[in-house]
Amino acid sequence: MDFDHQAVVAFSKSWGLFYLMALALGVLVYTFWPSNRKRFDRAKHSILDRDDRPWQK
Amino acid sequence: MIANLTSSERQQAFVLAVGVVLAGGAMTILGRSDTLGVHGAIVMLFAGVVLYLIMSSFYDPEPVEDRESSYYDDPIKAGIVLSMAWAVFGMFMGVWVAAQLAWPDLAFDAAWSSFGRLRPTHTTGVIFGFGGNALIATSFHVVQRTSRARLAGQVSPWFVLLGYNLFCVLAVSGYLLGVTQSKEYAEAEWYADLWLVIVWVTYFVLYLRTIARRKEPHIYVANWYFMAFILVVAILHIVNNLALPVSWGHAKSYTIWPGVQDAMVQWWYGHNAVAFFLTAGFLGMLYYYLPVRAQRPIFSYRLSILSFWGITFFYMWAGSHHLHYTALPHWVQTLGMTFSVMLLVPSWASAGNALLTLNGAWHRVRDDATLRFMMAAAVFYGLSTFEGSFMAIRPVNSLSHYTDWTVGHVHAGALGWVALITFGSLYTLVPALWKRERMYSAALIEVHFWLAIAGTLIYVFAMWNSGIIQGLMWRTYTEDGALAYSFVDSLVAMYPYYIARAFGGLLFLIGAIVGCYNIWMTVRAVPVAAARAADVPVTPVAVPGE
Repeated sequence: MDFDHQAVVAFSKSWGLFYLMALALGVLVYTFWPSNRKRFDRAKHSILDRDDRPWQK
Repeated sequence: MIANLTSSERQQAFVLAVGVVLAGGAMTILGRSDTLGVHGAIVMLFAGVVLYLIMSSFYDPEPVEDRESSYYDDPIKAGIVLSMAWAVFGMFMGVWVAAQLAWPDLAFDAAWSSFGRLRPTHTTGVIFGFGGNALIATSFHVVQRTSRARLAGQVSPWFVLLGYNLFCVLAVSGYLLGVTQSKEYAEAEWYADLWLVIVWVTYFVLYLRTIARRKEPHIYVANWYFMAFILVVAILHIVNNLALPVSWGHAKSYTIWPGVQDAMVQWWYGHNAVAFFLTAGFLGMLYYYLPVRAQRPIFSYRLSILSFWGITFFYMWAGSHHLHYTALPHWVQTLGMTFSVMLLVPSWASAGNALLTLNGAWHRVRDDATLRFMMAAAVFYGLSTFEGSFMAIRPVNSLSHYTDWTVGHVHAGALGWVALITFGSLYTLVPALWKRERMYSAALIEVHFWLAIAGTLIYVFAMWNSGIIQGLMWRTYTEDGALAYSFVDSLVAMYPYYIARAFGGLLFLIGAIVGCYNIWMTVRAVPVAAARAADVPVTPVAVPGE
C-alpha cells in the first residue's frame, strides 16, 4: 500500500473511528467498574481534609 | 527566595543562573546589531538579577527543619505575584489596543506602538503571563495538597517559574522590537521557543515526579487536567514551532510547514492552546478550588472522569473549524465541525458538575464573592462552549468568521471563564498560603466581582452586536448583485461598539487592580492567624454532595 494522501485518509477515516470507540469503551468501563467506587469516593472527600502537611509514612 | 535551599542547592541555582547569563552573552555576540543581540542583553540582565538574588544570601544559614514535613510554597507565592503583575500589564495593553481601534491616534505614530505590535503583547501578556503563571502556581499547590507530598525538587520549581517568565519577557519585548513568527499565540521566535521547550519539559518531569511521590492512592482528577495541560502544550508548542532560523545570528526563522499544512498545524495548535492551556488547566483549578471553597465534594466524581477523557480526545480534532471555506480539504473541515459540536457534551458535563456541586450551598454563593467568582466562571464556561460549538458549524461560521463575533466569543471565554476562575482560585489560595484568616477586604472582592462581571458583559455584548452587523453588512447585496456596503461603511458602523468594548475592558482592568491591592494588603497587613490549622476557609463541616 502506498503511503500517499488517499491511504492516510482511508486509515484515519476507518481506524480513527474504531480507536475513539475503543477509548470511549475503556473509559466507561474504568469509570463504572464497581470496585473503583470506593477510590473515587475517597478521592472526592479527601481534598476537603483540613491538615496542611505532607503525609509521612 | 533561596532561604529554604541547602548550600548544594544554592550552588545548583548559581550554576544554572551563570549558564543562562552565558547563553545570553552568546546571543549578544552572535546576534550583534540584530534583535537577537538585544534579546541576548535582556537574557543577561534577567539572569543577572536572578544571580544577584542568589548571591546576596548565598552564605545565609541553611534551613534546619525537615523540609519533607511541609509543603513547598515559596515558588507558588512568587507565581501569584507574577501572575497578578502580568494581569495588570496584559489587560492594560488590551485596553490600549481596544482604544486604538476607536481612536487610531493613540498609536502616536511610532512603529513600536502600532496596533500590530501591541496586540500580541496583550494576548501573550494575559494568556501566557497572567494565565500561565496562575496555572504554574496553582498546579504546584494542587499537586502537593492532593498528593500529600512535597514538590519533588527544590531548585526546579524556581527554574520552571523564572524560566517561564523569561520566555514571556522575550516574547513581549520581541513584539515591540518587531520580532514575530506571524503565528497567532505562537509569535515568539525560535530561540525563545527552544528555551520554552527546556522549561516546559522540566515542568512536566517535576509534576510527574511529585505525583510519583504521592501518599494518596488515587490521583485526584484536578491533577489529570493539569497533566493533560502540561503534556499537550509541550506537544503543540514543539510541532507548531518547528522552524529553521535564517542563521544562528538572526532572530528571523521560517516554519518548516508549507502552505495549507502550515495553516492546519497552526490552528491545530491554536485551538488546542484554547483547549489545553485555557481550558484543561483551568478545569484543574475548578475541580480543586471550587469544592474546597464550597466545602462540598464535587457532585459526581465519575462524571468528572468521563468529561476529562471526552475533552482531551475531542478537542484534538476540532482545530480545523478555524479554516472553514479555505483550501483545507472539505472532509477535514467537516471533521473539525463535527468534533466541535460533540465537544459540547464533555464541556457541559464539567460546567454542570460544577454548578450541581453548589446545589444546596446557594446561600454561600450569595454571601461569598470568592465562591461567586467560581460559580460565574462555570456559567460562562457553559455559555462560551455552547457558543463555540455553534460557531464551528460551517454555515454559522460563514457569518461569524473574520468578524468581531469571534473576538466576543474568545473574551466570553477568557474574561468570563478563565479570568474569573483564576480570581476565585487566587482569593481562596492567598489567605491559605500566607496563613491569614481571610482576605484583607471582602468588600473589595465584591467590588472586583461586579467590575469583572460588568466589564465582561459590556465587552461581549458590544462584540456580539458589532460582529453580527459586520457579518451582515459584508454579505448584503444590491439588486444588481454588487456588495451593498464598502468595508469602510462597516468600519464606521463599528465605532460605537469599539468605544463600548474599550470601556468594558477598562472596567475589567480596574477590577484586576483592585484585586492586586487586596492581595497585597492581605500579604502585608493582616496579622498571622495563630490558630489557623487548616488550608481551607473556615466554614461549616463538609456536606456530602450526592
